[in-house]
Order: sequence, then C-alpha cells, then structure tokens
Amino acid sequence: MSELSELTIAAARDALRKGEVTSVDLTEACLAAAEGAGALNAFVRHTPEMAVEQARAADARIQAGEAPAMCGIPLGIKDLFCTKGVASQAASRILDGFAPEYESTVTQKLFDAGAVMLGKLNMDEFAMGSSNEHSVYGEAVNPWKVDDRRLTPGGSSGGSAAAVAADLCLGATGTDTGGSIRQPAAFTGITGVKPTYGRCSRWGIVAFASSLDQAGPMTKSVRDAAIMLGAMCGHDPKDSTSADLPVPDFEAMLTGDIAGKVIGIPSEYRVAGMPAEIETLWADGIEMLKAAGAEVRDISLPHTKYALPAYYVIAPAEASSNLARYDGVRYGHRAQLEQGDGIVEMYEKTRAEGFGAEVKRRVMVGTYVLSAGFYDAYYNHARKVRTLIKRDFEAVFEAGVDAILTPATPSSAFGLGEVSDEDPVQMYLNDVFTVPVNLAGLPGVSVPAGLDKQGLPLGLQLIGRPWEEGDLLNTAYALESAAGFVEKPGKWW
Amino acid sequence: MSIDLEMAARVAKLARIRVEEEELPALAAEFNTILGFIDELREVDVENVAPMVSVTPMRLKRRDDVVTEGRMPEKVLSNAPDAREGFFAVPKVLE
Repeated sequence: MSELSELTIAAARDALRKGEVTSVDLTEACLAAAEGAGALNAFVRHTPEMAVEQARAADARIQAGEAPAMCGIPLGIKDLFCTKGVASQAASRILDGFAPEYESTVTQKLFDAGAVMLGKLNMDEFAMGSSNEHSVYGEAVNPWKVDDRRLTPGGSSGGSAAAVAADLCLGATGTDTGGSIRQPAAFTGITGVKPTYGRCSRWGIVAFASSLDQAGPMTKSVRDAAIMLGAMCGHDPKDSTSADLPVPDFEAMLTGDIAGKVIGIPSEYRVAGMPAEIETLWADGIEMLKAAGAEVRDISLPHTKYALPAYYVIAPAEASSNLARYDGVRYGHRAQLEQGDGIVEMYEKTRAEGFGAEVKRRVMVGTYVLSAGFYDAYYNHARKVRTLIKRDFEAVFEAGVDAILTPATPSSAFGLGEVSDEDPVQMYLNDVFTVPVNLAGLPGVSVPAGLDKQGLPLGLQLIGRPWEEGDLLNTAYALESAAGFVEKPGKWW
Repeated sequence: MSIDLEMAARVAKLARIRVEEEELPALAAEFNTILGFIDELREVDVENVAPMVSVTPMRLKRRDDVVTEGRMPEKVLSNAPDAREGFFAVPKVLE
C-alpha cells in the first residue's frame, strides 16, 4: 500500500473524488512510510491517532460531496508551526515540552480544508540554518544519496523537504526567511514556494525575523504547490501584516501558456566560483522558457551583492528581539537554579542551556547591531540597503519584466558535517540567490530542473511580482513541463 | 570594528545568555568573522535613502482597543515551568 504515498496531491484529490481511494488508505500508507523512514529523521513526532481521525472526517466530507481540494490529503507540518495539543518546539531545547493551547492560522486553514496532519517535521532550530544540522532532534538526512556519504536535505525546512522527496507524505508546510523553503526544495528535487510577504498569516508560527518570515508549500509538483498554497493563504485579522486581498484560484491559472512573457536574467547572479553545472542548468532553463514563447531579457539588479550582508544584520536583529521571549517563565525549559540565584541568573542560565550554538550566535550578533552606539552604523544602514535592494526589483518590474530566472542554490546538496561550523559565513553563502527575494518581500519558487553529474538534483528559481503568485506559478509550470524532471531518490532508508 | 573579549562579554550580558570566561575568545572570533562580512555594507552609498519600515506598502489595520479573547488563565499558565495560584512563579526579584 506504500505506493499511495507516492501520489501527488492533484492525483490523490482526483482519486478521492472518484471514490478510488479513501483518505484513511492514503493516511495509513503515509504513516507506514514515515514509520519506516527513521534513518531520514524527517518526522520528529508522529501523530497517527489524530491523523486517522482527521482522515475519517475527510472521507465523510468527500462522501457528502463537499470536498475542497486539500480534503483528505496527508501532510507533514514543520515543527515551527504551533499545533494545538501537539508539541511544537521549533527544534529547540528551550521549547522542550511546549504544547500550544492554540493552532497556527496556516495549519487551521489546512485542517478546515480537510487536510490531515501526519506529524511534525525536523528543521534547523528556530529556522536558523541551511543544513538542518542545528536541531535538537539531530540532523535530518537527504533521501538522495550517491555514495556512502549522508547528505544534507538543506535547511531550515530540511525535514519537510526530505519527507516530501522520500514520499513520506503528499506535501509539507515550510517557512522561508532567507531561502528556507527554496534551498531545501532544490537540494531534494521538489517544488517549494515562498509567497509574497503578507500572503500567508504568520500567526502561530514561531517567529524568527518577522519582516522576512513567510510560510509556503513544499510539494511534488508545481500544480500541487498551487493547490496547497491556495488553502494556506488569505487574510487573517490576527496578523496585522497579513494582506487583505482576495486569494485567486492559483491552480486554474496553470495554463502553461507563457507566450510573450518577459523573463529577466540578472547578470549579478553569475557569482564567482559557481560550478559550471549550475551555469549550464541556468542556460538550459533560459532556452526552455524561450522555446515556450517567452522573451528573455538581460537585466541588472545592482545591489544583489549586498543582500546577504544586509540580511545578516536585519534577520539577527529581529531574531534577538523575537527570541527575548524565551526567558524560562511562560513556557519551555527553565534551568535548575542554585541557592541565591536571582531572576537574571535564571534568564542567563536558561538561555545558555536552551539555545543551540547557531541561535546564540545570531541572537548575540543581533543584540550587538541593535545596541547603543551601533544601531545607526549597522541596523539602520542595513535597512537603507534593503530599500535599495527592493528598488532594484521594482525598476525591472516597471520596465516590463514579468519574472526573473536564477539558479536556486550555488551548489547541489553537500555532505552532513562538510561545511565547518568554525566559519558561519561559509554556510550563509548557501542563501546567496534566495535572500534578496525575502528582503524585497517578493514571491519566489524553486523548481527541480535537472541532475548534476554526481546524480543530485538541482533547482532553478523564478522570482515574481508582488501578489502575482498565480502568474509566477504558471511560468514555473511551463518550466517544469519543459524540464521534465521525474527522477526520484532510490530507497536506501 | 573589532570585538574584544570585553565587548563579547558585554554583548552576552545584554542578550542574557551566560557565556563562560573560557568561551569568550572563540565567541569574539566568530563575531569578528561575521562583522567582517557585514562590513561590506559600508561601500554602499545610502545618502538620502530612507530605511525600510515595511516591505509592502500597507497601513496596519486598526481595531477597537477591547479584549477580544481572555478569561483563560489555566490555558495561559498551562505551559509554565512553575505556576502557582494563578500566577507565573519566578525567583525573588526584589530584596
């Protein structure tokens, strides 16, 4: 029965509606697949009872003839989403044992649409990382394997990417602050969408950098991403930055017709030291879109090079402020105190024990750039550079560009432990192509487009105009159809 | 701008994260690597550029200043490491 977990969301929906399969069948197949995939460490918490209960309810809805597209679809949920009564730890020790009394808006919307939760997925602690190596649960492992090395599934949504690529679920939620959906999607040969800032409510998602964080779908196809995104987004009065805009039928916009669309190719994304295979993949992508009738235009985004350093001021600054709430008082871990310890010792010991190395590093860098005397030199300066980065994109969109094509990552998946912890900047470079999109608040999608010579998947990124996810996904759909990427990792786990 | 041990200790204190004395040199070195990377930003001319406040042009919604949800102290306290008599409990703050 495990082959049912290999279905796309679209195929499962159609089969459910025709009565060829039940949600309970799909759910049990996924639960079995997830149960047998301990070596991937993608699911860190299984919720089989809840899943079967939700699946039964979904089957009843489908039988009653009232079935939204996501009804009965089994999903994995990133541990960053608060799920009522189910531990939600953001992969951090400091949230040890935290079981929220509330449900995040995104998961609530998915459940309202009839989706089924299989369990919670691994990630980098507080979504800070690009390799899923910074997790209280231990690292998640990429189902793709070409030699005896264990490879990273990317991060921070590494568990989500591994679970979808290994067919442990039909789709998964991810979040993306600087590339945390798109980079792992590229590393595992799946599709990942970061919507326009404000498209998905952030309410109930553990905050990392509030001006950059967005939730999005991670799926086996662009069509699935369109279906799942439609169920995740929409206005939410509980998130004051959530956009009060209608949600279009993204799936209906997938015509595959991109004739006359203008695709920009930014020269600044041709970075030094980029492997030839990535260059070739990008050139192939350009040819595919041309062949589909798009007009390809060279463009310039002159401040690209400053996006990563600006991000590493703004994101830690916001994180230091957001993570101030972990004080050992209201939830999660509190350090054992010694006789005479006061409240400051409680804070300091709790946070030293509860946060991992990368989180501590970023909280302290953020504290530094916000501290008296450095606020203007670092934080305000970075926010000005952010304005310039956004203007670069606005200028090309005003000149008629519909979407921008770039590589998704500067390499394919690397081995776990291969990028040294000694030099954090080396790891940060993974997000060089994805970070500008968050700084500008734009929608972006990573589409699997080929294999490198080792046999590992590579992705291309498309960046769209704000609020035009439908048009962007249609271009992604055309690219997906042309690339014809169908490879799957061989099962070893 | 280079970070010395004293500054590293100060930042740790401000962040309310205990860092042992012997860990300070490694921490200061990491800060310096990251700040060296961030310092590239100084090349950018930001004269007359406004710092970004909101990435999408939006006016934050307003609502009446009234309680919309409440009266659930047990739920509020349910995850607390130490709660007593309807309150969060912490070590003594004032002598």
